[in-house]
Amino acid sequence: MLRDITIGQYFPGDSIIHRLDPRFKIVITVIYICMLFIGSSFWCLAVGVVFTLMAMLLSKIPLKMFWKSVKPILPFLIITALLNLFLVNTGEVLFQWKFLKITEGGVNISLFMLVRITLLIMGTSILTYTTSPITLTDAIERLLSPLKKLNFPVHELAMMMSIALRFIPTLIEETDKIMSAQKARGAEIDTGSFMTRTRNMVSILVPLFISSFRRADELATAMECRCYNGGEGRTRLRQLRSAPRDYIALGVTLVFLAAAIAVSIITKTR
Amino acid sequence: MAILETQGLTYTYSQGTPFEKTAVDHVDLKIEEGSLIGVMGHTGSGKSTLIQHFNGLLQPTSGKVILDGRDIWADKKKIRDVRFQVGLVFQYPEYQIFEETVFKDIAFGPKNMGLSDAEIKRRVLETANDIGLREELLERSPFELSGGQKRRVAIAGVMAMEPRVLILDEPTAGLDPAGRDKILSHIKRYHERTKNTVMIVSHSMEDIAGFADKILVMSHARLFCYDDTEKVFSRAEEIAEIGLDVPQVTKVFLELKRQGLDFGKDVYTVGYARDLLLKQLAARRGE
Amino acid sequence: MENIIEIRDLHFAYDAEDENSEPTEVLKGIDLDIHRGEFVAVLGHNGSGKSTLAKHINAILLPTSGTVTVDGIDTKDETKLFELRQRAGMVFQNPDNQIVSSIVEEDVAFGLENMGIPYEEMRRRVDEALKAVGMYDFRLHSPSQLSGGQKQRIAIAGIIAMQPECIILDEPTAMLDPQGRREVMETVKRMNREKGITIVIITHYMDEAAQCERVVVMDKGRVVIDDTPRKVFSQVEKVKEIGLDVPQVTELCYELRKAGVSVPEDIITEEECAEALKKLFA
Repeated sequence: MLRDITIGQYFPGDSIIHRLDPRFKIVITVIYICMLFIGSSFWCLAVGVVFTLMAMLLSKIPLKMFWKSVKPILPFLIITALLNLFLVNTGEVLFQWKFLKITEGGVNISLFMLVRITLLIMGTSILTYTTSPITLTDAIERLLSPLKKLNFPVHELAMMMSIALRFIPTLIEETDKIMSAQKARGAEIDTGSFMTRTRNMVSILVPLFISSFRRADELATAMECRCYNGGEGRTRLRQLRSAPRDYIALGVTLVFLAAAIAVSIITKTR
Repeated sequence: MAILETQGLTYTYSQGTPFEKTAVDHVDLKIEEGSLIGVMGHTGSGKSTLIQHFNGLLQPTSGKVILDGRDIWADKKKIRDVRFQVGLVFQYPEYQIFEETVFKDIAFGPKNMGLSDAEIKRRVLETANDIGLREELLERSPFELSGGQKRRVAIAGVMAMEPRVLILDEPTAGLDPAGRDKILSHIKRYHERTKNTVMIVSHSMEDIAGFADKILVMSHARLFCYDDTEKVFSRAEEIAEIGLDVPQVTKVFLELKRQGLDFGKDVYTVGYARDLLLKQLAARRGE
Repeated sequence: MENIIEIRDLHFAYDAEDENSEPTEVLKGIDLDIHRGEFVAVLGHNGSGKSTLAKHINAILLPTSGTVTVDGIDTKDETKLFELRQRAGMVFQNPDNQIVSSIVEEDVAFGLENMGIPYEEMRRRVDEALKAVGMYDFRLHSPSQLSGGQKQRIAIAGIIAMQPECIILDEPTAMLDPQGRREVMETVKRMNREKGITIVIITHYMDEAAQCERVVVMDKGRVVIDDTPRKVFSQVEKVKEIGLDVPQVTELCYELRKAGVSVPEDIITEEECAEALKKLFA
């Protein structure tokens, strides 16, 4: 059933990572990505591994949740690894069968990419697991607010995003209802041939669109009635306040970045 | 003979998770063919979950739903045929309309049944007439119609499948008194023409009291009672206790009874109350 | 008593769809005064113009001719639009389509955020409003976890927080179950009683209208009756002709009177009816 799809992967909790200022968390995540992409040796990645493990433990998110975050992209990971394995031909040849050749360089690169992408997914998952989508939207709005001077519609985008988040559960419920109603009229949605199913999708999409437009229209009126007039001069109930722990977290991240840079220079010169 | 029967029907949501909740708990029912039944219960009483079992939209966690002597889940592949025999009109059904013309929208169900064009046409025209939609409306876009008309188009869409049991979930929700009376009288007209079983879910006892032969009351996932309308109203006090609104006249007569003025009858419509009072007054004058 | 809303000879027509058709006139000359602190129901069937009238009070629609003044502000005065909307808040029919945020307290704050209220005061007002409608314990919930009645109370809290003089509710209970309807009516009555906020509630439920001080009945774009609920419902024939209901007890007494039994004609509550019947059989 549609209801079972979890949109947004927020995992409520009260760990130190949960309590960090979301703006800092976003910045830290960006630095983390740089950390992963700065070097080209396993030693650099080792720094990333330590950092990720530390953050994972601090977030108190069950480890199987991280496995869940990697699982959907597993096929992609395997294909990338295989391509690297067979297409990179540098160093000593380890194995050869007809036109397939595995070299030492190939093994290295495919393992390296595998670890790097896994770390990337796990690290960014920590951000989405510990920050609710609405908080995340809010933090992005504030981080991007300097762009307002360049006439970039930061507030409008954030408002759209948060309204979308607000209406996702409503629309899922509605889709469920319309599906049941059409099934009651004999529409084949989960059975029947591909063609009938596609045709019957129309019976769900049309009512869903009509109702979404109606909702949008009514919501716009309701917002105007509550004096909504764009982002200018708005104050916010949600206050984002940075605490010493945010600066400490940022500092620690920067130390790791420096370590990664140092390792990458040392391994290169050697 | 019973057209629809349930045996120990139980349905549990999200089984095995912390959100586990039993919405329908061991319900045993026998619905007689041709009756007009009012279904009542407050939000969360399990009535909506119950009716979605009747046409196989939900599969019982345990227990059986028997249609015309056959377990509807005996052959999963035939569940779609069950939906043609037990028609279900959801709350605010006008939001399921999608075709370009009223005719096509009413014809959607019959078409899915694989009927011939001539048969589809007969059914659309007949149900449109039952529900009070003029023939010239049939070629119009349903989206141009008024709210009440749209509602009737959606109801006709299920009626046109000529189900042996027609179930309507709050068909009058959100309508004004005139719109409400109109829909109810059209449903009654359909019932009289087809003699098919009709079930109406409603929050308002005043609406169905003078209308239904039988009343089914759900409370806390269990069947509270299912009996003839009069007999159900003889338990008006208990019904009020489980949080349902009983008609105002019923409340007045209950109050009088409490104060020692017992007319010995259970009153649930204005007409009945008037006749009863006039008879009693005449009897007094005669003394 | 001082008027908070003054409507003078209000006409409103929707624009014609094309050149050949006439514009549809929905309101045909309405004069109405609402006093400060009053609790008024506007009753009428669908299409009587009652919702169109409501939308004029806070300038969602503007008159084709005539004037609407709220707390001294003409609704046509664009420079005072926000001031007007802060003073006359609006609650709509569909509880889902007026909640903006995915967290209850942030939704209540939405109006205040738009008005640029500083944080400290906003926090205080939001908490007060949530307590006033009895939803403080749900402040961190998501609206999708709430019942229809609870969502409407959140919408009311969002208006209350803006400290309005007047709240207009456009069929706030039409989509709710009996429990939700009771919750909303209780909340609205309390706002009127305790905060002295003027309430205009649009409805087609006569039992809700019976709880108000004054009932304005609309039909075909005009005000046809304007009186106390008791006086309105005692005109059983007229009310039914318009396509509305009267309470069952009123109807019963009306039927008895028609049959020659002497019972009072202004009965609108169960207690009064029971009393009258008891006298009859005493």
